[in-house]
Amino acid sequence: MSHHPLHAAEAAKDDETYGRLEEAHGIEARRIGGTLMEMKNITLRFGGVVAIKDISFDIREGEIRAIIGPNGAGKSSMLNVISGFYNPQEGEVWFRGEKRPAMRPYQVAQLGIARTFQNIALFDGMSVLDNIMTGRITHMKSGLFRQALWYGQAEAEEVRNREQVEKIIDFLEIQSIRKTPVGRLPYGLKKRVELARALAAEPKLLLLDEPMAGMNVEEKEDMSRFILDVNDEFGTTIALIEHDMGVVMDLSDRVVVMDYGKKIGDGTPAEVRRNQAVIDAYLGVAHD
Amino acid sequence: MPTEFLYGVEVVLNGLMAGVLYALVALGFVLIFKASGIFNYSQGVMALFAALTLVGIMDGQVPFAHLINATFGTEIHHFGWHVPALLAILLTTVVMVAFAWLVQRFIFRHLVGQEPIILFMATIGLAYFLEGVGDLMWGSDIKTLDVGLPQGASLWIEENTAFLGGEGFFGFFIDRLDVVAAIVAAVLVAGLVAFSQYTKQGRAMRAVADDHQAALSVGISLNFIWVLVWSLAGFVALVAGIMWGAKSGVQFSLSLIALKALPVLMLGGFTSIPGAIVGGLIIGVGEKLFEFLIGPMVGGATENWFAYVLALIFLVFRPQGLFGEKIIERV
Repeated sequence: MSHHPLHAAEAAKDDETYGRLEEAHGIEARRIGGTLMEMKNITLRFGGVVAIKDISFDIREGEIRAIIGPNGAGKSSMLNVISGFYNPQEGEVWFRGEKRPAMRPYQVAQLGIARTFQNIALFDGMSVLDNIMTGRITHMKSGLFRQALWYGQAEAEEVRNREQVEKIIDFLEIQSIRKTPVGRLPYGLKKRVELARALAAEPKLLLLDEPMAGMNVEEKEDMSRFILDVNDEFGTTIALIEHDMGVVMDLSDRVVVMDYGKKIGDGTPAEVRRNQAVIDAYLGVAHD
Repeated sequence: MPTEFLYGVEVVLNGLMAGVLYALVALGFVLIFKASGIFNYSQGVMALFAALTLVGIMDGQVPFAHLINATFGTEIHHFGWHVPALLAILLTTVVMVAFAWLVQRFIFRHLVGQEPIILFMATIGLAYFLEGVGDLMWGSDIKTLDVGLPQGASLWIEENTAFLGGEGFFGFFIDRLDVVAAIVAAVLVAGLVAFSQYTKQGRAMRAVADDHQAALSVGISLNFIWVLVWSLAGFVALVAGIMWGAKSGVQFSLSLIALKALPVLMLGGFTSIPGAIVGGLIIGVGEKLFEFLIGPMVGGATENWFAYVLALIFLVFRPQGLFGEKIIERV
């Protein structure tokens, strides 16, 4: 990931990697603000199975927060709790200083929380452009009547939506496929279109469920670059789940580590790496 | 031009007009099936119910009059006013929207994620329920529906096409109601396409038809969209009900036209709006032409079975229909 200035610097430090949080204060003025989201003592059960057990952590404004853990650790469940696809039995979700009541996923999306899916959920029958336009749905406010007559607010709105979508298409370098039906795209590009759709919502919090799963090295590098750029240029707060340890350590400011539904570590990548519980559970006990 | 050929053309034209009506009913099926995966058996009954309601409102009938009279010993049947056709259509639309909401709220909301066969059974139940409610509300007698649509053969068309043939040809015989139905159907389809392409709700509808999870994640309420498509299907049913009702009276057999929509759907594909239109036209023309050409050889009445045989042939050779999505199972 040497494309990114931050990572050139980070790579130079090699072993003693600090999280981007500390580094950012020195090199770039990335603004990491106060708490955007706080999960308080979340417990999620499916019948008798406890998927998440009493987990608390926070997400700060402007940061890249990773949730990692071995298979079945409950990472995806946690993302589904944040995005409203699951409602936890116990615990509280606080967003922008307010306690969030139990919500349906579309209501969560309307709050400004956008997400992608591990196994890609795109509208296969629509073009890339139309897919990304659906991401703007929460920003379309004018009534049906005005839309039908295409005047005033409706027109201004449509123009603004188009502009935003074009900006994102440029940003993610998918101009050449904008008219292509999504069903025909290769895997890596589909993932990128899904990211574009989530970004189109101008989310306050962007949730990425294994954004690099199933990608080759080149695609992974592209995707990491896009994630960092999104965070840098739009200042978007990002929470992501990822399997690839290397990727996570390079990308994120802070990491939550889960295992068997419990939180076993939380901190900068460097801290997490030194955490014995994490090493044992996730990386396996070192033998060298 | 030989007169025989001109008669053939007339048959094709009349077939197209009949096909438009089939297409209208099929359209209602496609709307709901696309957005929710529910095959709505009650679509035909919805057309009947909409037509009954329209007649009832126009005539100022008291809903549930029989029930009220039997319970309270009263003798009320009419409010004593007549509602103009346009206002009555508007009110009936409101009733159909309310119906859509009730169906979603009390039936399908509780069946989310169930097997398609269960959803299908629910719509069968709904069909019989709605039929009963229709009877109870408006009575089961055959009613005439007159919303002021032109009826009878168009003299204008006859006179202006008479020159085409020779001695024995008097011009094309085309029912004016059929022409109106064709125009209304064209406007309806154009409207639906514009709605689904250019409005927020239309985009959301297409999104839900494509992928529920993704639709939720961009902030679309599935419940809202489902009420919306049931409302649209209700409106389409109303239009179909008006056309069929004006043609052959509002009676129970109206709900059976839904069965004719099945072969239309087999042909056009269950998920394609253009498919419903083209399928309807093919069936309409096909059965009229078949009756005209082959009918006399086999003793006639081929219109009763032609559509179903055609559908069977399609099922064998192209089960997804002309426009439907091809189903590929990965192993």
